[in-house]
Amino acid sequence: MAKRLKPVDVVLVGFGWTASIIAQELTEEGVQVLALERGMDRATVPDFATTHIQDELKYAVRGGLFQAPVRETLSFRNTRDQTALPMRNLGSFRPGAGVGGAGVHWNGQTWRFLPDDFVLRSHVEERYGAGFIPEDLTIQDWGVTYEELEPCFDRFEYLCGVSGKAGNLEGARQTEGNPFEGARSRDYPLPPLERSIGSLMFDKAARELGYHPFAAPAANTSRPYKNPLGVQMGQCTYCGFCEWFGCGNYSKASPQSTILPVLLKKDNFSYRTGCDVTRVLLDNTGKKARGVLYRDLQGQEYEQSAQLVILCAFAHHNVHLLLLSGIGTPYDPASGTGVTGRNYAYQITSSVEVFVDELINPYMGAGALGQAIDDFNTDNFDHGPEGFIGGGYIALWTTGGRPILQHHLPKDTPKWGAGWKKAMAENYLKSVSISTHGSVVSHRQAYLDLDPTYKDIYGDPLLRMTFDFHDNDYRMSDFLTGKAEGVAKAMKPRSINVKGRKKPYSIVPYQTTHNTGGAVMGDDPRTSVVNRYLQSWDVPNVFVVGACNFPQNAGYNPTGTVGALAYWAADAIRGMYLKNPGPLVQA
Amino acid sequence: MTTANKSPGAAAGNLLSRACAAASPSTWPSGAPDFFSRRRFVQAALALPAVLALPACSNETQRPALARTFFSADEYRFIQAATARLIPGDDKDPGALEAGVPVFIDRQLSGPYGRADRWYMEGPWAAGSDQQGYQLEETPAQLYRKAIAGVDAYCRERHDGKPYAELSPEDQDQVLHDLDENKIELEDFPAQAFFSVLWQNTQEGFLSDPMYGGNRDFAGWKLIGFPGPRYNYVDEITRYGDPYTMPPVGLLGRDGTRMRS
Repeated sequence: MAKRLKPVDVVLVGFGWTASIIAQELTEEGVQVLALERGMDRATVPDFATTHIQDELKYAVRGGLFQAPVRETLSFRNTRDQTALPMRNLGSFRPGAGVGGAGVHWNGQTWRFLPDDFVLRSHVEERYGAGFIPEDLTIQDWGVTYEELEPCFDRFEYLCGVSGKAGNLEGARQTEGNPFEGARSRDYPLPPLERSIGSLMFDKAARELGYHPFAAPAANTSRPYKNPLGVQMGQCTYCGFCEWFGCGNYSKASPQSTILPVLLKKDNFSYRTGCDVTRVLLDNTGKKARGVLYRDLQGQEYEQSAQLVILCAFAHHNVHLLLLSGIGTPYDPASGTGVTGRNYAYQITSSVEVFVDELINPYMGAGALGQAIDDFNTDNFDHGPEGFIGGGYIALWTTGGRPILQHHLPKDTPKWGAGWKKAMAENYLKSVSISTHGSVVSHRQAYLDLDPTYKDIYGDPLLRMTFDFHDNDYRMSDFLTGKAEGVAKAMKPRSINVKGRKKPYSIVPYQTTHNTGGAVMGDDPRTSVVNRYLQSWDVPNVFVVGACNFPQNAGYNPTGTVGALAYWAADAIRGMYLKNPGPLVQA
Repeated sequence: MTTANKSPGAAAGNLLSRACAAASPSTWPSGAPDFFSRRRFVQAALALPAVLALPACSNETQRPALARTFFSADEYRFIQAATARLIPGDDKDPGALEAGVPVFIDRQLSGPYGRADRWYMEGPWAAGSDQQGYQLEETPAQLYRKAIAGVDAYCRERHDGKPYAELSPEDQDQVLHDLDENKIELEDFPAQAFFSVLWQNTQEGFLSDPMYGGNRDFAGWKLIGFPGPRYNYVDEITRYGDPYTMPPVGLLGRDGTRMRS
């Protein structure tokens, strides 16, 4: 029997980036906010101290900061005619667990999606005609525009102390920045990070080819920084242990390094760890949430009542909870109807390894230290002759040189033995990798639902993922890979190794943790789970926030847009919902 | 690598001091002539009873033989021999064996990784497609136990009763290739599944922090030029093309032989 707990005003499921931002905003209104986190408590000291966090085996290889599949996983298949099998260990993506969520172990690559991304379907139809979009694509507009989100992007960047250079200040082009970006109201809070030798080589080669390279925006502080909440961050030391690790230097933005020092002091905020939320509880009308059901580490079940429930967990987990709780009609791929689980998408990546004569010293780096070009992102180029939708950035990142996972070997290197050893000795210090980071369309056969066979530790069905990239995306990725190969060759290397994305999608090799969709936002309840303010169409006192809201994925890392959406939803709740609880958009 | 003993001994008489060196690679004579190949040494050392091989040393820098935590003596001989082929080495240029990779794998398999503590291991079980990833009922530890028995039986059958560790280097290499190419049939799972885990763990042992038992004396990091986890490169990041000259450091400091229990 579930123990009933004292009601709170607002309960947040998860305690990563979105929950931290929303908690910080809503507590300003005086309401009682409680966050329930499935993982453990984590703080910069002692958990990320440099004396032990720089451990590639423990954190990057064995996944010390990641979700453990034994507690939560999903089942996977490429197509509906296969039987989905459980993802037994992590591979393709690595969600976080614990306070700070994946915001602890991310790289800090903090992009704004482009204006066209938010109106993708109408933009493509307008420029190329409706017939340009394959029939089975379910891409759609977001219901919110870049211009509306601009102040939210700005707040997230200033919260994090993002290092970068504007390319478009209120419509005026700036030299050095990204000339393709949407208009921004002011420059980044910090100048770009120092450039690595790899950045300079990429910059020179890309410029020779007529492209427009720029320093990628980084939530790694190039200077000491005090954010608008008064939280002090230290200057990044280029230690090369961002991705998969927590930052012990207060330099990589995370909830811990930007918000929690302020939030945790508030009397009207509290959080509990080791709490697995298993249901959003609805009243007997099914139109109102009473609160949530969760279990602690001892297996004790609790009922936490709340006036407002906000799902702030990782994309998969939010969708899983909606499906288990019966919120929104589950998507049916046969008929194309229903919404919950619809429009799952991902990120399509490839790389070109470049073997050079110069000494690179790859271990000096930062998670978002990179030089990029946006010439082939979204609709920054004419898609007419190419016959596909979407694009991505091409970048040379200098994220670090951790030996197990970050070494590059030339084509035809023996897999093991003396030849492997010799190639390791010759190439580790003299190689870089150019990556392509592409958008992914949503389509009818890519979706999330509940698995009919496999159960989690509580006996609930696992989430089931049915996914392969659409042909559109394989062609787009091949196009991007070809452009990256061109830049690589212009670097005049000893040799290159082109690693294109091969069919079909595999859940085994790591690609990105940029899982999107399943609870998408929009203007039409027939094609979205939440309205433009991220409020459930069906249960108005439930909000769902995160990359699960993306109707399809753009060619950028998602965190900048996820942070902006969190501010966007928080503003709507503060400014409208709390004053007059109920649907903010009439269906 | 430090040199504790510069006088090359006679081949036969030097066996025990070499065995001692195996327990502590930092004492290997770096200037010794290559009259006694590492391969022959390994075979000779492996052929000795375990009680004789290591504790008989009297070198002052020796350390006690590390207790195995997972492998049986026979299994350990297999792991020593196989990893020595995967990343070969000698006294001047340490490979997996000299870097302690067998110690690393042994410890990993008796811990959370070996037990697959973090993995989802509920049935029903099915082979699935390559894209669906690991679908074996075996934990990594169970995979090793079954596979080593299977490979040794395979070798005995074809090589006059000799287990893998007693084969010639050429034959040992061939077995590894055959495992990788699924040409050897193991009872419960494809041979390649074992090979890929073995090769992955061998690289991990060679390149992870020495506190886990491998990468002893920073052998793997010295080979490639990684200076270890360091805190600050603010000055160095813009010294383009300059070599970085600080010696390797691990999470337990400059002593690359320290292990965390």
